[in-house]
Amino acid sequence: MQYTLSILVENQAGVLSKISGLFSRRGFNIDSLAVGVTNNPDVSRITIVANGDEYVVEQLEKQLNKVIPVIKVKRLSEGDFISRELILIKVHCAASKRAEIIKTAEIMQAKIVDVAPSCVTVEYCENSSRVETLIDLLKPYGIREIVRTGTIAIDRGNTALSV
Amino acid sequence: MISGAEIMVKCLEAEGVKVVFGYPGATICPFYDKLYDSSIKHVLVRQEQNAAHAASGYSRCSGLPGVCVATSGPGATNLITGIATAYADSVPMIAITGQVKSDLLGRDVFQEADITGACEPFVKHSYLVSKTEDLPRVFKEAFHIASTGRKGPVLIDIPMDIQQNEIESFEYPEKVNIIGYKPNTRGHAVQVKRAVEAIKNSRRPLIVSGGGVLSSGVKLKFQAFADKTKIPVISTMMGIGVMPSDHEMYLGMLGTHGKPVANRALHDADLVIVCGARLGDRAVAAPDQMSENTTVIHIDIDPAEIGKNVKTAIPIVGDMKNVLNMMIDEIGDYVVPNQWQETVKGWKKSFFRTPPKFDGFVEPRALVAQLSSMLRSKAILVADVGQNQIWCANNFMIREGRFLTTGGMGTMGYSVPAAVGAKLARPTRDVVVVCGDGSFQMSMNELATIVGNNLAIKIIIMRNHRLGMVRELQDFNYNKRHAATILSGDPDFLKLAEAYGIDHAEANSNEEAEEIIRGMVKSDKPFILVCNVYPDTPSI
Ligand SMILES: Cc1ncc(C[n+]2csc(CCOP(=O)(O)OP(=O)(O)O)c2C)c(N)n1
Ligand SMILES: [Mg+2]
Repeated sequence: MQYTLSILVENQAGVLSKISGLFSRRGFNIDSLAVGVTNNPDVSRITIVANGDEYVVEQLEKQLNKVIPVIKVKRLSEGDFISRELILIKVHCAASKRAEIIKTAEIMQAKIVDVAPSCVTVEYCENSSRVETLIDLLKPYGIREIVRTGTIAIDRGNTALSV
Repeated sequence: MISGAEIMVKCLEAEGVKVVFGYPGATICPFYDKLYDSSIKHVLVRQEQNAAHAASGYSRCSGLPGVCVATSGPGATNLITGIATAYADSVPMIAITGQVKSDLLGRDVFQEADITGACEPFVKHSYLVSKTEDLPRVFKEAFHIASTGRKGPVLIDIPMDIQQNEIESFEYPEKVNIIGYKPNTRGHAVQVKRAVEAIKNSRRPLIVSGGGVLSSGVKLKFQAFADKTKIPVISTMMGIGVMPSDHEMYLGMLGTHGKPVANRALHDADLVIVCGARLGDRAVAAPDQMSENTTVIHIDIDPAEIGKNVKTAIPIVGDMKNVLNMMIDEIGDYVVPNQWQETVKGWKKSFFRTPPKFDGFVEPRALVAQLSSMLRSKAILVADVGQNQIWCANNFMIREGRFLTTGGMGTMGYSVPAAVGAKLARPTRDVVVVCGDGSFQMSMNELATIVGNNLAIKIIIMRNHRLGMVRELQDFNYNKRHAATILSGDPDFLKLAEAYGIDHAEANSNEEAEEIIRGMVKSDKPFILVCNVYPDTPSI
């Protein structure tokens, strides 16, 4: 089961290693992790996407809550949140294929952000499954490089996670 | 102007610290220099690990966080096992380490070790202090965190320049405000109602007492609850001492090395009330130790413990003290069904065995039982790790005193330094160590600390010339191949005692040992009694 955790933490040194340590110590892998400061400069928000059964997730939530600089932990529930990740993909692109690739990007609503004699770089900001689709579409041309930010997520509607 | 080092001492004074255990070195010298002028007693141990163990013993007997101090690098890394032990045993502790100067951090200079990083999995929290101004807040928070919620060690790593820098003035904060730390101690009324309901509907309820009952300081009330309801009680290793050993409804320790009668009760119970225990694998190793249909009520201050090791029907998060008060109010004059009471009492009789004796040796299980009656009622027994620990756990008849051992981590060498802390916390009580010949040798350097501080600690070494508990494991599981469990080259412990100027004696029978103990408990000096134990003596 894949799950997404939003974690509000005090914005101080060492917090990230405490949190990633909780996962690695138990032998759990993290699929993606993103950190950034919130509207309150003293508070950062970490979004973690990982896999595990109900027991594992519940244990992790409880263990995360025990970390002193962790202020809040929330498991986002399936379907009730918006998630995005930013990806930059450098694709091999002979001049003859350029139009084709630009078309694909257009259909997916991705942006071409750089063009070189034998490469184009595509920028895309979407949820992970759409990002995977774009990667699949571009694969046949030859992918040279991929960079992803990791997923960030926010609840739909009126609920807001705050201190 | 006031220096960081002076502030550190003032913070300890403000927290009411009377004793610290430690070992100096260059980077912690500024602090030591100021401590020298303070009324706080410093106990110089002979290895830093033992400073942490001593702080643990002190803490467990005084109810206050124990404080240990070490220098950077090797001093700090030597502390780790002691810190990890306190963490596993949920003992409140403040570990203070010197660190290289701030501008040298990360350069791998002489005696630099990333101690906050290394201790990450074993501390409740840690600080690497970056400004002298932060010291009062950091100390205030550290003591608060260590001694509230689920208790545990907090590490404060302080670079030398932070100790040396001076600031305008010192003010100790009155309150802490840590937004991410608000342990829930109250206990949920609805859950308590549900729990009491379930108890009333059960036919064979059983209480498991854990270390949480002791750290919550609610022992007497807990006993009163058991007295009144007549619910039988078994205990984890850390929970020994919650109930007086001779209580009619108390059945002893559960688990792989526990009492068969306690395990039988756990197996047959239809409802189990787990109080302040995590039920690690030594307590409940296989799920089949409990019936599928057993209803578990788990009371713990740490929500992460609930449902971690055993499936729980009714979780109650809160401090044992508060939850117990609520339970007492709710349960009224409920008393356990008569039939269950009688069954349990019957088992107690039928499970009772007197251990066989071997001529020319001390029978350790019988000796521990004898020892109990020769000590005063508030005696503190500190057991090490191994067979010696199991003999003590199952045979020491505790009355109003304490049983100290490391049930959580099982660190050999714990007993002697922990006794140092215990004796300093409770100078008027009998403090007796029971250890193995292997574990004694892990901290026998602390005899100097005992002598140097005139501590009347009595040490009983159960000499079997074996790492007995592992030997027993090899007998069962490794075809009696005694790989690395026969001790050879051991010193003559009596001569060793002699070298330290400690009174000593040797016993080859229980009668002889009893005679010696009678004299030993009367003296106000330390004592070492070596008991020769038949090497194949079982743990249980
Ligand atoms: C620091 C440490 N190392 C190793 C062990 C594993 N261990 C558990 S019991 C034991 C034997 C203890 O021997 P001794 O102190 O002589 O006690 P006995 O079992 O003989 O009573 C060992 C090696 C441990 N618990 N702690
Ligand atoms: Mg031994």
